[in-house]
Amino acid sequence: MKLSGSEIIIKTLADLNVEVIFGYPGGAVLPIYDAIFKQNRIRHVLVRHEQAAVHMAEGYARSTGKVGVILVTSGPGATNAVTGLTDALMDSIPLLCLTGQVPTHLIGTDAFQEADTIGITASCTKHNYLVKDINDLESTIAEGFYVARSGRPGPVVIDLPKDVQNAVSNYKEIKVKSMISYKPAKKAKISNVKQAVDILLKSKKPIIYSGGGVINSGVKASNILTKLVNYLNIPITQTLMGLGAVSAKNKKFLGMLGMHGTYEANMAMHDCDVMLCVGARFDDRITGNLKYFSPNSKKIHIDIDPSSINKNVKVDIPLIGDCYYVLDMLFKELKQNKSKLNSKSIDKWWNKINKWKKKDCLSFKDSKETIKPQKALKVLNDALKGKDAFITTEVGQHQMWAAQYLDFYKPNRWMTSGGLGTMGYGFPAAIGVQIAHPKKPVICVAGEASFLMNMQELSSLRQLNIPVKIFILNNEYMGMVRQWQEFFHGGRYAESYTDSLPDFISLANSFGIKGIRVTDPKELNKSIKEMLDHKGPVLMDVCVAKMENVFPMIPAGAAHNEMKLSDKDDKETQTAEGLALL
Amino acid sequence: MLTDINTHTFSVIVDNKSGVLARVVGMFSARGYNIESLTVAEVDEDRNLSRVTVMVTGTTMVIEQIKAQLERIVPVRKVVDLTNEGAFVNRELLLVKVKAKGERRVESLRVADIFRARVIDSSSQSFVFELTGSADKLDAFIKLMQPLGLVEVSRTGAVAILRGEKALLAK
Ligand SMILES: Cc1ncc(C[n+]2csc(CCOP(=O)(O)OP(=O)(O)O)c2C)c(N)n1
Ligand SMILES: [Mg+2]
Repeated sequence: MKLSGSEIIIKTLADLNVEVIFGYPGGAVLPIYDAIFKQNRIRHVLVRHEQAAVHMAEGYARSTGKVGVILVTSGPGATNAVTGLTDALMDSIPLLCLTGQVPTHLIGTDAFQEADTIGITASCTKHNYLVKDINDLESTIAEGFYVARSGRPGPVVIDLPKDVQNAVSNYKEIKVKSMISYKPAKKAKISNVKQAVDILLKSKKPIIYSGGGVINSGVKASNILTKLVNYLNIPITQTLMGLGAVSAKNKKFLGMLGMHGTYEANMAMHDCDVMLCVGARFDDRITGNLKYFSPNSKKIHIDIDPSSINKNVKVDIPLIGDCYYVLDMLFKELKQNKSKLNSKSIDKWWNKINKWKKKDCLSFKDSKETIKPQKALKVLNDALKGKDAFITTEVGQHQMWAAQYLDFYKPNRWMTSGGLGTMGYGFPAAIGVQIAHPKKPVICVAGEASFLMNMQELSSLRQLNIPVKIFILNNEYMGMVRQWQEFFHGGRYAESYTDSLPDFISLANSFGIKGIRVTDPKELNKSIKEMLDHKGPVLMDVCVAKMENVFPMIPAGAAHNEMKLSDKDDKETQTAEGLALL
Repeated sequence: MLTDINTHTFSVIVDNKSGVLARVVGMFSARGYNIESLTVAEVDEDRNLSRVTVMVTGTTMVIEQIKAQLERIVPVRKVVDLTNEGAFVNRELLLVKVKAKGERRVESLRVADIFRARVIDSSSQSFVFELTGSADKLDAFIKLMQPLGLVEVSRTGAVAILRGEKALLAK
């Protein structure tokens, strides 16, 4: 069967079970759009900006575990996608991004809408390909797909010159030939697993610290991690990326750790004698000052990416492999081992932790006059109980509060830009999530400033008419920036006031979308219910206290046991060393 | 010690495709690692493989990171830290142009002879010498040629190979 390159591209994607492409047309991808027009196996979702297409694909991928697929034109289409690709690289999200390219004979001539897409995206993709021969299309797309989702997942770009799209050839059945150069490990060395178990069982103050690797490894990994935690009766804390792997309901879960983590989680990390890190990477927002990070613990590190081992923190036992497989090995070894954890020591450890918990570090001073952002999220959390909701966020204070005050009971329910911290991520990501889960509640917890960064997607949302809820915690400030200026720059609020905001209700209405505003704490319950009960999309403007700060906070340069717990806590927030850090 | 700074020589076998070298070099600059020298050439036409030899300095932790980061690059097939692997030999190639007359011209020939450098071009006013060897030897040669009329240097980075019968890739 003779097909054009474009038809081959679309057929290959369909044969790889791709259901949806997020994209935006342009000259260099018109033949592919033509091929999309002529078929009905793959759905196309039209965005209003290519960055949003990538974030939508990320939302789709993170909530399903599948590869998110994007199609953009050459030049500006490709460069607009770069932020999204970088975001996906940092958070290990599987994406396949197809970019149009000028015809092969024009490459290098500064042709109209030519950009060096391969060069530009080399450092923000896991891998990229330029296809110069129509006969390489199927195998390259299939390989790119495999690379994106295997090992440590990540974004892959395939650059497609227009003449290749227009050429004609036979369709070849796709098969991913086993790659010689790229073979991610699944299982860890058994000798290391045995050593890890020995260390773990001898511990008196163990803790598990898990991250996004568990989510990426699939539901099976979250299940076995939960079993392990329950079996050992030891505390677990999860990173911003890892929330939901072990349910918030689980009594062993101490809350999130890190810069805005809970007191008990950070204190336990500091004090533990054995740390089992599962699919997390000792990021600086987690460790605080490396010099003082968990000084007296032996560290066991499960990671699929060998380069994560000893990158920031020297560990004692590396277990390189997929979280599910390694946890499974670990659990089997644990059960076979004759020795058990000393339950007296573990009880003592829990007593200590329970004392830290008594600080009630997430308590805040509520108000009758203004809506506290924390309160708004608590009410939202209660309203979502039992509804299996999916949450995305933008970046800033609201993101940290959402992580602190919302409960996640399952993996893949929480999508936030962790590594790159991309404002503008949350809203399009929510659209991607809703595409994948049409019947589930999907809420984007947003800040007003972040929302402005991709608000053109209101148009996409209207066109799709899907019931995404945008929950803006509107403090009229780039709150996180303002908080740092308050703490570290003498309260000089340089350019962090979000001036000239639109009337969000009129804005929503102008797109034919329902808008709700709430300013009175007494109305909060009712308004949130109204939002959730509405069948279509809603933009909700929650006018919250403007000067609220996120606590607890580990000041930059400080250690885990040096948290600042409230505005009244007079702990130094500014150290000379800290100022130089971020 | 973990904080000691050492120089390591890596052999990196990569698929010989466009863009691969850019990815390898880009990784070093993006992560702030120092490259002392780097050479690359195709070494196996049938299997379409190139070999990169790269010399880097860093602490043990950094050297381990470099190895892991190289292995992460999708078209990289094999990475061997020759310095850790065992004894290996390495060579650089140097071309030096010396412009001199009279006594200095004779002296430059004498030095070249001691170093076993070859004359590969000569005119009434100049010589081009070719010398292979370790970086140290090449440095010493350049130093001696400097006062004798050295006007131009061209040299490669190191290429290296393990001693003994062991091969990096099975044939
Ligand atoms: C694209 C981008 N630019 C700048 C920043 C730096 N930044 C981090 S948080 C923040 C303010 C966010 O304000 P808003 O969305 O209103 O959230 P809030 O902190 O007020 O809850 C800024 C500017 C960023 N993270 N991303
Ligand atoms: Mg704000």
